[in-house]
Amino acid sequence: MVTLDDYRAMVPSGTIDMLRRLSERVRGRRLVHVSATRDAGGVAEILQGLVPLLEETGVESAWETLDGDGAGPALGAALHRALQGGEEPVAAGVFDEYRAFVRRRAATTALAGDVVVTHDALPLGLVEVRGPEGQWVWRCHLDVSRPQRRAWAFLRPFLVQYDAAVFSLPAFAQRLPIPQFMMYPAIDPLSDKNRELTPREVDAVLGRLGVPQDVPILLQVGRFDRFKDPLGVVEAYRLVKRHHECRLVLVGSAETDDPEGAELSAEVRDAAARDPDIHVLALGSHQAIEVNALQRAATIVFQKSTREGFGLGVAEAMWKSKPVIAGFAGGITAQIVYGVTGFTVNSVEGAAFRARQLLVDPELRVRIGTAAREHVRQHFLITRHLGDTLALAASLLA
Amino acid sequence: MTAREARTPFHFLGCWELAEVLGRRAWDERELLEHLEEVPLDSIYYHTHSVFLRERAPAPYPNDFATWAAIQVRDRVLGEKLGILDPEDFTDLDAIRTELVSLIDEHLSEVRSVPRVMFGQPFHFMQSRVLEIPTGVKVRTLAQFRDAVAEADLGVLYLHVVEARGRKGRRRNDFATWLGDHLGLVDLAAAVARLTASPLGLEAFRQRLVALCDAALAGGR
Repeated sequence: MVTLDDYRAMVPSGTIDMLRRLSERVRGRRLVHVSATRDAGGVAEILQGLVPLLEETGVESAWETLDGDGAGPALGAALHRALQGGEEPVAAGVFDEYRAFVRRRAATTALAGDVVVTHDALPLGLVEVRGPEGQWVWRCHLDVSRPQRRAWAFLRPFLVQYDAAVFSLPAFAQRLPIPQFMMYPAIDPLSDKNRELTPREVDAVLGRLGVPQDVPILLQVGRFDRFKDPLGVVEAYRLVKRHHECRLVLVGSAETDDPEGAELSAEVRDAAARDPDIHVLALGSHQAIEVNALQRAATIVFQKSTREGFGLGVAEAMWKSKPVIAGFAGGITAQIVYGVTGFTVNSVEGAAFRARQLLVDPELRVRIGTAAREHVRQHFLITRHLGDTLALAASLLA
Repeated sequence: MTAREARTPFHFLGCWELAEVLGRRAWDERELLEHLEEVPLDSIYYHTHSVFLRERAPAPYPNDFATWAAIQVRDRVLGEKLGILDPEDFTDLDAIRTELVSLIDEHLSEVRSVPRVMFGQPFHFMQSRVLEIPTGVKVRTLAQFRDAVAEADLGVLYLHVVEARGRKGRRRNDFATWLGDHLGLVDLAAAVARLTASPLGLEAFRQRLVALCDAALAGGR
């Protein structure tokens, strides 16, 4: 089992001792996290690392999920699209369905704690059954800077029953009568997705996936979602390919209950069909080592999102000292200091130009990769997130 | 003299900052001015003092207002005017607010149209809660003090230097007070009291403080 001391060598000096002291303020209290699912997505990855570390520092922690209800995934996807400003209006009946879902799950979810943190839209409504004890916090991982008005108006009455909200960026904060905190999400450097791999391990994984390493690899990892713009990445690759030998690897999720995701996945495969140097892979949430190996094998990593909550894939690649070219969206702008820790771009052409520049300049790749890793070390590792969580709990319970 | 031992040790405290968003944002310099007149003083403090705690992220100016004007609005003139502002020159946060408002007001009177964000990001007003945390490190001699400073987390320096003066209103930073009052090193204390975080930041502060301690240890002062 991983302990806090295992992180000592990779985090800024003094951090671990500081965290242990900070945890004394919350020791003996109970924190309950509630998320949509335990198995997939960025929230689950964060909690898989965070909850055991909270426990280790002496803070009793529980993690409840809303898995096992057939309605959950589609409902969550519809609300998330609407909160992130998707154009398609929320279908009739979704709000009624959400109310029924929340009532069902409230009856079967253990919510007693000194601090209860619900993550994203699906468990937001559970606050309706809160008792007088405990502090309730809504942790929003989404880019809600331009939500659909109807969806926001529906969810806001739930939100104002909380004691605080936490957003990933100041730009996501809303007009609310409760305190709003800002907390960057973070990656776990010891998880399968981010731990060190030997070259032999990397080679073995790429061999298994059928991705040759004979030419530079351009990579994008992210579920097939229009906000992640995988088709834009294909276009950028084609502009690069006119001048440089390279191959493109697009990694999406193998587990999707979202019909729009399946449709886009088909479009991506269609766009890639006539080019043997484009590899479209669908990986499951249990295949973290595969993602790790692909990121380590890549020469350049794309995250060409047009809308993004935070974009932890960017931090993952930066931690592996990779130059990242990413859309100027959401939390990506906090991770990428333009020209220092990577490049943010606003178009297909911009992405292609920076890729060409990086492909011909290995020194630039090293300089940016080194700065990128240090930036993540200082700001986006799980130990910082643990400290923020402890500080929030201590502050609310004081 | 440098071998002397203080009866009262210096306890190093660290801190953890929890950032709070006020939900106020400015898309142009007039909006910035209007919000500046109204936001809590803690927000002024966050953008002019707490910035030293976040200095690991590269920024061109030592306060957020100057950096926003220069980078997001692309108004380098206002960026430079605000960037020279040194919190140490002001007696309190109200005085800093007055100076910021006056500088921006004067600048707006000199431009034909109000500079605004075209492609960049708006200014988001924030404040923070700073939790003090004992580090468990306590020292009694100058040599021990010097070594502890050299190893300390940036938050330790921030708390004893920036918070001590900016938020707690102490006359001198905590290091100078202890060196003078408890270790009796009056000259060293006076030199340390003259050190500030602005404009070079706390890492530079640390280097100069350690150098002063080394000189005192070598000279036996």
